[in-house]
Amino acid sequence: MATNGNNELGGLPFDEKAHLLDVENLHVEFRIEDGVVRAVNGLTYTLDEHETLAILGESGSGKSVSAQAVMGILDTPPGFVTQGSVKFRGVDLLQLPETVMAKDVRGQNIAMIFQDALTALNPVFTVGWQIGEMLRKHRGYSKKEAKEAAIELMERVKIPDARDRVNAYPHEFSGGMRQRAMIAMALSLDPDVLIADEPTTALDVTVQAQIMELLHSLQEETGMGLILITHDLGVVAEVSDRVVVMYAGEIMEDGEIDDVYHHPAHPYTLGLMDSIPRPDVHTDRLSPIRGAPPDLLNIPSGCPFHPRCPFAKERCTTDDPQPISIGRNGHESSCFYWEEVQRDR
Amino acid sequence: MTDDPKYPRPGGDPKRDPATLESYVDKEDRSQFAMGARIPTESVVGIEEGAQQSARTASLWTDAWRQLRRRPIFVISTVLIIIMVIMAMFPILFTRIDPRACSLSESLLPPSSEHWFGTDIQGCDYYARTIYGARVSITIGLLVTIFATLIALIGGSAAGYYGGWTDTIIARMTDIMFVIPFILGGIVILSLFPTRGVAQVSLVLIILGWATMLRLVRSSVIAAKSADYVDAARSMGGTNWRIITKHVLPNSLAPVIVYATITIGAVISAEAALSFLGVGLQLPAISWGLMIAGAQARILTSPYLLLFPGAFLSVTVFSFILMGDALRDALDPKLR
Repeated sequence: MATNGNNELGGLPFDEKAHLLDVENLHVEFRIEDGVVRAVNGLTYTLDEHETLAILGESGSGKSVSAQAVMGILDTPPGFVTQGSVKFRGVDLLQLPETVMAKDVRGQNIAMIFQDALTALNPVFTVGWQIGEMLRKHRGYSKKEAKEAAIELMERVKIPDARDRVNAYPHEFSGGMRQRAMIAMALSLDPDVLIADEPTTALDVTVQAQIMELLHSLQEETGMGLILITHDLGVVAEVSDRVVVMYAGEIMEDGEIDDVYHHPAHPYTLGLMDSIPRPDVHTDRLSPIRGAPPDLLNIPSGCPFHPRCPFAKERCTTDDPQPISIGRNGHESSCFYWEEVQRDR
Repeated sequence: MTDDPKYPRPGGDPKRDPATLESYVDKEDRSQFAMGARIPTESVVGIEEGAQQSARTASLWTDAWRQLRRRPIFVISTVLIIIMVIMAMFPILFTRIDPRACSLSESLLPPSSEHWFGTDIQGCDYYARTIYGARVSITIGLLVTIFATLIALIGGSAAGYYGGWTDTIIARMTDIMFVIPFILGGIVILSLFPTRGVAQVSLVLIILGWATMLRLVRSSVIAAKSADYVDAARSMGGTNWRIITKHVLPNSLAPVIVYATITIGAVISAEAALSFLGVGLQLPAISWGLMIAGAQARILTSPYLLLFPGAFLSVTVFSFILMGDALRDALDPKLR
C-alpha cells in the first residue's frame, strides 16, 4: 500500500522489511501530585498490513493510554513516555519532532477513532465540514472539493442520504451514524494504521455489529492495519487476528486469537473468559474475577495480578514474571504457572 | 454479524429524523392529556410543526437565535441599542440644532417646546447635547470592549491551551491587575495625561478592563481543551494553531460574547464616572459624564440637567446588560 507517496519521515527513510507498526517495551507514566501513576509498563506488539490486533483489558489497564502514546497525543505534562520505541515502518515516532508528527504522521499514517463519537465531533461545525477538514488542510482541497470528498467518504462508511446529511450537525445524527462519521473522518487521509479506541462501547448491540462489520470491510478494501482497543471479548473473537491482554499496564498474555481463546495460558485471561455468559454452557452463576483492579499509584509487588489470582503462590508476590514463549505462533504468557493454568482448563 | 453489509441498517429509518418522531409523539401526547380527548386537527398541526423544525439544520447559534427572537427582553434591548447606535452615528437625524451653538442669554432655561430638554449654563441646547453625547459613550464602550476582548482571546487561549509557564506568567499578570482598584487606577493613570480625549480614556479603560475577560477566556478554553474532539483533531494531524482557532475558540466563545455585551454597558458607565470625577474627558467634549458633572452644582434649582443625561446613560447601560442576560440564557443550555 502506498504510504501517501512518502518513503521517509522527518528525513528518516522507511525500512521496507520492518513491521508496519512495531511497539517495543513502551513505558508511560503520569506525574501527578499524589505520585507517579505507572499506566503502561513494558508494552510490546507488532502490527502488519491487513492485520487486526486487539488490545484487551479492563478500565485502567493502560490500553487507551498506550494508544495515545503511539499517536503522540499524550497530555504532557502530566503524561510522559519514559522508555521504549514506537516504530512505523522502521522509523521511531517517539524521536520525531512534533511538527513532523502533526504534518506527516497523524491522520496520514496513523489515524484514530474514539469511543464516544458525540464528544469526539465538534458541536459547532457540520459533519461534512469536519470530515473534509483535513483534506483542505493536508491536501489543499477547495471547500467545494472537500465537500464532495466528504460526501464520498460518508457513502463509503454507508451513511444513507450522504448528500443531504453532509450539512447536518453532530447532534442531529444517531449514535451509530456519528461513529460512522468519525470513521469517515479518520479514513479521509487514507491512513496505513487505524487505531479504534473502544469504537463500539457507546453503541447498542445491533449497531455494534454493524460498526465492526464496517471496519472489517474497510480494512479488506484498503489493507490498513487495525488496532482494536476494547474490553469486549466478543468483539475481539470475531474480528481480530492477534490479541494482547493487558493488566495494570503490563502484558499478561498475547498470541493468535485461536490460541489464546482455546488454550488460555494466564489466570487473568481465564478469569475474563469465565466472567462472560456463554450460550453453550449451562451455569447458574457467572464467576467474576474477585477483587478490584489495582491502584496504579501503588501497583502490587511481583506479578500485578497476584492479589486476585487463584493460582498465586509465594513467588508471585515478589517476582514479576516476564512474557515467555509457550507455544506456536508467538503465543506468550506472563505467568510462572501457565502450565497449571492450561491443565486447569 | 448477521447483517448483510450491502443493506446497512442504521438506527431507524434514515429519512425520518429521530427528533421529528419525538416531537410528534410529544405533541400528540400532550394534546391528548390536555383536552382529555384526541383532537385530530391539532395532532396534524403538531406533526407538521415538528417536521418543519427538524428540517432546518440547527447549530448552537441558529438555535440560540430562534430562542432569542421570542424573548421580549432581547427584542426591547436590541431596539434600544440600535436607536443609541444610530444616534451615535447620525445625530443629525435626531436634531438639527448645533450642540455647540450656545448663547449665554439663554442660560439655564427649563424644558420648553423650543428647547425640549432646556439649556445648560452656557445656554447650549441640552437636547442636542444629550443626543451628541451618545457618540462618545458608544464609541468608548465598543472600542474598549473590542480591544479588551482581543487581548483576552489571545492571552486567555495561550494561557488556557498551553498551560505551564505561559499560564503562570499570564495568570500572575491578571492577578496584578485585579489588585488595582478601578477608580483609583483610573484617576492615577489618567492624571498622567495632560489632555484627555476618547483615545486616552479608552486606553486606560482597556488597561483596567482586560484582566477579568482574560480569566473568563482562559477558563472556558481549559474546559474546551479537554473535549474529545480536540484529541480527535490532534489525532488527525491538526496543528496547535488550527486546534485553537477551529476547535477550542469557537466552543468557548459563548460566555465571552455574553460577558463582552455586559462589559460594553459597564465601560460606558465607567467613562461617565471618570468624566464626572474630572479625570475623564475634558470640555469642550460632549459626554453624558461631563453633563452629569456639570449638573452637580445645580441639582436643586435645575434637576433636568441631571435627569436627561442620567436617563440616557442608564437606559443605554441597562440595555446592554439586559442583552447580555438574554444572550446568556440563550447560549447556556444549562440555564434553560
